[in-house]
Amino acid sequence: MLETTNKPDTVIHLENISVRYRLPGERIQTFKEYAIRFVQRRIQFKEFHALRDVSLDITKGDLFGIIGPNGAGKSTLLKVISRVLIPKDGRVWIRGKVSPLLELSAGFHPELTGRENIYINGTLLGHSRGEIEEHIDDVIEFAELGAFIDAPLRTYSSGMVARLGFAASTTWKPEILILDEVLSVGDEAFQRKCKVRMESFRAEGTTTIFVSHSMDTVLALCNRVAWLDHGTVQAVGPPSEIIEAYRQAQ
Amino acid sequence: MKTSETVVYDSAKRGSAALEELRGIFQYRDLVFQLVRRDIVTRYKRSVLGIAWTMLQPLGMMVILTLVFSTLFSSVRGYPTYILSGLIAWTFFSQTTTAIINHTVWGGELFRRIYLPRTSFAVSSVGTGLVNMALSLVPLLVIMLLTGTTFHWSMLFVPFVLILLAAFTLGLGLIISTLAVFFPDVSEMYQIILLAWMYLTPIIYPEEIIPKAYSYWLFNLNPMYHLVKIFRMPLYNGILPDWKTLLIGSVISLLTLIIGWFVYSRKADEFAYYA
Repeated sequence: MLETTNKPDTVIHLENISVRYRLPGERIQTFKEYAIRFVQRRIQFKEFHALRDVSLDITKGDLFGIIGPNGAGKSTLLKVISRVLIPKDGRVWIRGKVSPLLELSAGFHPELTGRENIYINGTLLGHSRGEIEEHIDDVIEFAELGAFIDAPLRTYSSGMVARLGFAASTTWKPEILILDEVLSVGDEAFQRKCKVRMESFRAEGTTTIFVSHSMDTVLALCNRVAWLDHGTVQAVGPPSEIIEAYRQAQ
Repeated sequence: MKTSETVVYDSAKRGSAALEELRGIFQYRDLVFQLVRRDIVTRYKRSVLGIAWTMLQPLGMMVILTLVFSTLFSSVRGYPTYILSGLIAWTFFSQTTTAIINHTVWGGELFRRIYLPRTSFAVSSVGTGLVNMALSLVPLLVIMLLTGTTFHWSMLFVPFVLILLAAFTLGLGLIISTLAVFFPDVSEMYQIILLAWMYLTPIIYPEEIIPKAYSYWLFNLNPMYHLVKIFRMPLYNGILPDWKTLLIGSVISLLTLIIGWFVYSRKADEFAYYA
């Protein structure tokens, strides 16, 4: 880890990361097919490069934007950073705990109350029960759910679920926060509240990675931006410059 | 933020997958507890009798099977206790392995979004199964009282048997889940295998009805034969299992768990590629 001594502020380090998926059509689905292909020596796959030789360094406290068209590899990159996808080529290291804020409905159960869901959500993000008990009042307050907090989630509106999701995963002052197109939920007042919270995180040293198709939001929030296309990093730099180049290329 | 000074994750410096998984599941033990709680609480949330169904289901099955088979197997002393003890062990095994497979193959959504120890849902499924099994032991004790079975000190041995059964179940669940991620047909196939397996194991019939010529291999090659037998001995027979039966059961369970844990955690990195 020689690089770390040169850049002590780096919290996310990606080095020549390549990710290849096997194309779904080529996937062998059954034993029979596998056996036949094995005998015929035809077990080979077409591969799809989701990421090609990506190298990035993200500094502590950055509000780092990732832009690019659909299928550029943005989500795959987030998966590599959040340790969901282990790259077979290249190296990634992370300093600090990664808290992803994706569509959180996946971790919520409709029959459980808001409070019970906060516990599940918190433990899914790797917090202990004690940590959750310490912070649960803040979560409830930020989510503005009032008495609904002890009602089953199925009685909530979609805006309420979104608020609970944002509150539940950002109350712990994440060290590294991943936001994937989530600020589009909730009403305007809540969106403003989210932005204020993100700004305060940044002031306190949280590193945020923000993926969005809204160039205005990226321009307003981020201090650095990477433009991704066809699985490769096209450019990294200040938001205005990169967004300008991205727009011209389109 | 003290922790941010240390590297939390480095793809180039990873230790043994099985050990790393073990460390992960220990760190996420509160999650396992929450998942078990969620499964138990939500399962019967909308039903009036709620959690009582966990006890009523095996009881109902026992009543039906007793009505159907009691004349046929009239030679079996205390048939209701015999069948219920076998059913409880089998239900735990079949439901839990199925839950593990479903969580790994279909419940993979979360694994594709956030980092979690890959065995989280498998371990929590075993936890849920153990809670359900503990609850279904209540009607068994009631039946034993009603049918005049006397209580023995050997019953204190039951918790140890549960550990063996849980180890085998987790291990096998992990092995089949690994296969099912790469070959989805496996999970369908497994349901059929389970049905055949249940009839090959003396659950509803006494083991004496199988001719000696077949029974030796049929039973000795069947791990569940040994485990059900060990489970039944303290409850139904009122004796402690002999050391030979116990040794076979323990070796099978631990070996299956170790193999399952190693295979699964070794292959777990690839699961995300099979989205």
